[in-house]
Amino acid sequence: MVDRIADPWGPRTPYGAGQEWPVRVDTFLDGDLRESDVDSWVQSASVLHSNGDAVDIAVRDGRIVGVRGRAVDRVNRGRLDPKDLYGWQANNSPDRLTRPLVREGGRLVETDWDTAMGRIVARSNELLAGPGGWGHFGFYTTGQLFLEEYYTLGVIGKAGLGTPHMDGNTRLCTATAASALKATFGADGQPGSYTDVDHCDAIALWGHNVAETQTVLWMRMLDRRRGPNPPAMLAVDPRSTAVTREADVHLPIRNGTNVALMNGLLREIIRNGWYDEEYVAAHTLGFDELARRVDGYPPERAADICDVPAADVRRAAELLGSSRRLLSTVLQGFYQSNQATAAACQVNNLHLLRGMIGRPGAGIYQMNGQPTAQNTRETGADGDLPGLRNWDNPEHIAELARLWNVEPEVIPHWAPPTHAMQIFRYAEQGSIKLLWISATNPAVSLPDLARIRRILRRPELFVVVQDLFLTETAELADVVLPGATWGEKTGTFTNVDRTVHLSEKAVDPPGEARADLDIFLDYARRMDFRDRDGRPLIPWTTPEEAFEAWKECSRGRPCDYTGLTYDKLRGGSGIQWPCTDARPDGTERLYTDGIFPTDPEVCETYGQDLATGAEFTAEEYRAKQPGGRAFLHAVDYRPSPEVPDEGHPLLLTTGRTVYHFHTRTKTGRAPQLDAAAPDVWVELNVADAERLGIVEGDLVGVASARGAVQARARLSGIRPGVVFLPFHYGWFDQDPAERTPRAANELTITAWDPVSKQPLFKVAAVAVARLADGGGVPSPAPTVGGSAPVAAVVPATVGGPAAEATSHTGGE
Amino acid sequence: MHLAHYLGLLHRAQVNLADAFRQVGSAHGEEPDVYHLCQQLAERCDEHAAQLQPFAARYAEEAPAEPDRLHSELFRGTRSGGIGLLRDLQDLYLMAAECDISWTVVGQAAYGARDRDLLAVVKRCEGETSIQLKWLRTRMKQAAPQALVVAE
Repeated sequence: MVDRIADPWGPRTPYGAGQEWPVRVDTFLDGDLRESDVDSWVQSASVLHSNGDAVDIAVRDGRIVGVRGRAVDRVNRGRLDPKDLYGWQANNSPDRLTRPLVREGGRLVETDWDTAMGRIVARSNELLAGPGGWGHFGFYTTGQLFLEEYYTLGVIGKAGLGTPHMDGNTRLCTATAASALKATFGADGQPGSYTDVDHCDAIALWGHNVAETQTVLWMRMLDRRRGPNPPAMLAVDPRSTAVTREADVHLPIRNGTNVALMNGLLREIIRNGWYDEEYVAAHTLGFDELARRVDGYPPERAADICDVPAADVRRAAELLGSSRRLLSTVLQGFYQSNQATAAACQVNNLHLLRGMIGRPGAGIYQMNGQPTAQNTRETGADGDLPGLRNWDNPEHIAELARLWNVEPEVIPHWAPPTHAMQIFRYAEQGSIKLLWISATNPAVSLPDLARIRRILRRPELFVVVQDLFLTETAELADVVLPGATWGEKTGTFTNVDRTVHLSEKAVDPPGEARADLDIFLDYARRMDFRDRDGRPLIPWTTPEEAFEAWKECSRGRPCDYTGLTYDKLRGGSGIQWPCTDARPDGTERLYTDGIFPTDPEVCETYGQDLATGAEFTAEEYRAKQPGGRAFLHAVDYRPSPEVPDEGHPLLLTTGRTVYHFHTRTKTGRAPQLDAAAPDVWVELNVADAERLGIVEGDLVGVASARGAVQARARLSGIRPGVVFLPFHYGWFDQDPAERTPRAANELTITAWDPVSKQPLFKVAAVAVARLADGGGVPSPAPTVGGSAPVAAVVPATVGGPAAEATSHTGGE
Repeated sequence: MHLAHYLGLLHRAQVNLADAFRQVGSAHGEEPDVYHLCQQLAERCDEHAAQLQPFAARYAEEAPAEPDRLHSELFRGTRSGGIGLLRDLQDLYLMAAECDISWTVVGQAAYGARDRDLLAVVKRCEGETSIQLKWLRTRMKQAAPQALVVAE
């Protein structure tokens, strides 16, 4: 038995370079149930993080009763994240939405599907009647639906209504990953494979607390670290986390200075001759400009901007420069920070300079934050076009028009699809009049919540929310549609290393709740969207038919799915795209030949200036004659739009704990996870706390120019001058009479990266003050991971008997 | 030699553009990208003006009197709303275009004057002005359909 609350990563299975990662099968079943009590095991994959771990769902008497990792799968080899072990219980939660709701006299009341859909369709037709009707529709979706649902939604938006106003909350989590991949390599798509962990001799984690965001990937890294010939490890993170404590070199840099650090490191790589001249000459463009630009960042200057010792910058450069198989992973410390795309591109530069791409152990993961974010990007349910097509390439638009049998003019392609923050701005100004939000909770997750609530409450804005529960956002809707979730519907999704998994329906959804696919199809049918020949625009009616339609859309594109079928995905391991007739088993690594999808006819973008987001034209792009070479982008460091001042002397960064996902819509309803991290906290460095007279457990006020929150103090190993708030905590589970402001996004700034349009959650200036004595009671922060206390007096976070799970290794 | 006059024209155009970027940014604070980028680009314009200053001073010593109607007035304050944003960005575009062509002219003159230092400044700055134009065009293209066709 293992308490996976107390130990989220479970027992080690050490292995050496080039060996296969041993199997370890993790299981958790309800109460005293044993495996022999389970009626059936239904194949799926995890949806409470982005790792894409394969899982079997245990069903007994038509109810989900537990989960077990799939030993056969390439991603997790049987292991599960604690959120997967316990989070399924939310499916059975008594407060699931079971009937549609509509607003009557200011209150949400239960109704039937005909009434709810009838209202949406009536409002839609009213809005479509006038000129520019398409522009009144906005869709804000998620990174948690299935591929088939996104593709259907994308066709509704782009060919049915013809609106460019569609984005996912993926804008908050992976937009920069996509932008950086497009900018450097010409198209989205992870170069690397998770198996690169098995082969690498160095791992660099760039703003990536992998131990809490992708626990199974961290288990793989730890197993290598405990085996023979372990990889060296570099971590860049202003906090002290399980990752930084494990790392050989930790650079706790000042938030918002990533580009300065990267430029400093690249300078050392170039100056010391640690780059692969032959590879650079054959496969890249822009070396001279990059070398000139980074030369202005000697280690002392980088160290000064980043506020770390210059000697540590040199050590980090040496670790990177002396590796022979380097693996890099990048996440929110880069993506949600100042100069996001520019910084993420510098990681790509590092690998291009060193020729560390497309071979075992030499890989890049520009990570995703959500389980199905990759599909939002691929299918065009966010700021991209389906099949990773280029909105500015008329031939790509013509392909889509032929595929859907519509006039090309219907498909909005005069500018990139509208990004989320701009969609909310149009809603604020009143030109977007219908906002359809599916499976996400912007009332807690977007920056500057007071503003977001004001927008969602506008009487002129018709808000549709499709979700499992009455979330903070659903409370503000005009129509609420009850969705079926994971385990209650069938579909596929794809993780960060391009592994496609099938997730099958295990049980019926509660009450009248419906699969999101069925809701979108119902809307399309009621709106009577037609193609050029008067036939239904969307002919498919099942997930498998939707998948087959998507395969055609993906044909010939970098994310080619044409070699996959539901049957092929059943029973065995997930399969990595591209998967075609020529590559029936999928593709482990991209760019093994150093040829990148930068050809003007193929590429997903003609490129942007990384400092402003200014778009280059097709002619300008062609003039560069990329010819399959990758772009080395050079950018100078510029300070964040918000830096500390006298009134707000500290820097706020936000993030996750291992026990929760997003706004806790599911994890807050799983007792073990909820108990492990029941309430908000704020992390402070000991020196800052002492100066402010704050001790562990004191009630603290944190205020920015936007708002203020209250939280109990955790004295942690975070760098001086920086405070951390978890972003999970809204108010759905608070008594309205006792609500105190606690959502981190009350404080964050409305600003975004000029290229990826990803909001800056890591660089708000705040003031901190002690509000009340904690009476010696520690804060509710977990003692595991980034919130580990510096003092030993805090009792350890444990799950107890309710959290007892099993981990079997060695074929037991 | 009349180079001083064009240096003066460009210098004043950069100063005016910096000021206009700041005004437009502040007037459209509810468009956060416009606000933040306008502030940033204003700083670039300040830097351009500062780099031109010593050359303007040096060549002024050899210059005859400034000709009439040398400078242009392209900006008369900000507007509000969706169309107001478009028009304000369009003003910035015209002002940046004036800087852009003036860099070209000054660059040509720098070749003629065999002034390597001035040429180096032109090469450093003209690319940034060209990016400013591209950004303004990009942002206007994005905003135009919603402001002109959709908004009431």
